[in-house]
Amino acid sequence: MPADHTKRSLHQRLVDRVLQGPGEAPSDLRARAFANAELPEALHPLLDKVASSSAQVTDADFAAALEAGFTEDQLFELVVCAAAGESTRQYEAGLAALDGAAQ
Amino acid sequence: MRPGVLDHGYGIGPKLLFRLIRLVSRHPVPDAAKVTFYRPDFYGNHAKKFTQAAMRGPSEWSVGDRELMAAYVSKVNDAPFCIAAHTATSSRAYEDEATVGAVLADLDSAPIGEALKATLRLLGKLTREGTVNADDVRAVLSAGVSRAQVEDALAVGFAFNTTDRLANAFAFEMLSQDGFEAGANYLLKRGYA
Repeated sequence: MPADHTKRSLHQRLVDRVLQGPGEAPSDLRARAFANAELPEALHPLLDKVASSSAQVTDADFAAALEAGFTEDQLFELVVCAAAGESTRQYEAGLAALDGAAQ
Repeated sequence: MRPGVLDHGYGIGPKLLFRLIRLVSRHPVPDAAKVTFYRPDFYGNHAKKFTQAAMRGPSEWSVGDRELMAAYVSKVNDAPFCIAAHTATSSRAYEDEATVGAVLADLDSAPIGEALKATLRLLGKLTREGTVNADDVRAVLSAGVSRAQVEDALAVGFAFNTTDRLANAFAFEMLSQDGFEAGANYLLKRGYA
């Protein structure tokens, strides 16, 4: 029976939309939030916590990013990208392990 | 919620809808639902489609099983809103609050089948450590879980690893126990779409 790839394609559409669709934050910044890499200093505490320890995010993390000139709409987008990025890495690691388990 | 735009940045359509839901259900719209109406073209529309497919689409896992996975992943992510929401939904789906509580308190000793237990262990490790290997998946397969079930569980993991992070970052407001029960009832009747 062929595998059902509906969810994989819905996942890909979500990722493509948040990274490449229209947005307030530049798409290269969204990509860095998604990858949790090379983040501007003012965004690093907020977005790194979203990826690795989201329960630790504080009002001060948002305040610091706003203070640096990022808008609330940009932060909304960048937090979504950081969350989807870490979740995507985990999803792909799981699917790769499933493929590997067939060998 | 934070930033503030997630509390007050809605157009007239969503605002009226929120008011209607509040009138009819006598509960505020949960932040988890509200956030999907914020610029829905950016995130909410795609997220709802994925989550509906993962949680309510065809699967060898029951709805109760998948809601339990959601609660378990949320526990590992320390996301109180999502733990409460999906504990309530899973308990209602199974009509068994005690078993859900036992799983969240101590997976190893919980009175559930080995297949579901092994799958929750895999999701727990993936969520905690960010990765799993082929041997981890082999342990699940040898507990009697099909490959399709592993893939379906990983999709639940994606949905809740994302939602948990948003719940914590955006500071979703906790509901009363009644509010979580009403939310669970809604999610079982209408799903995530």
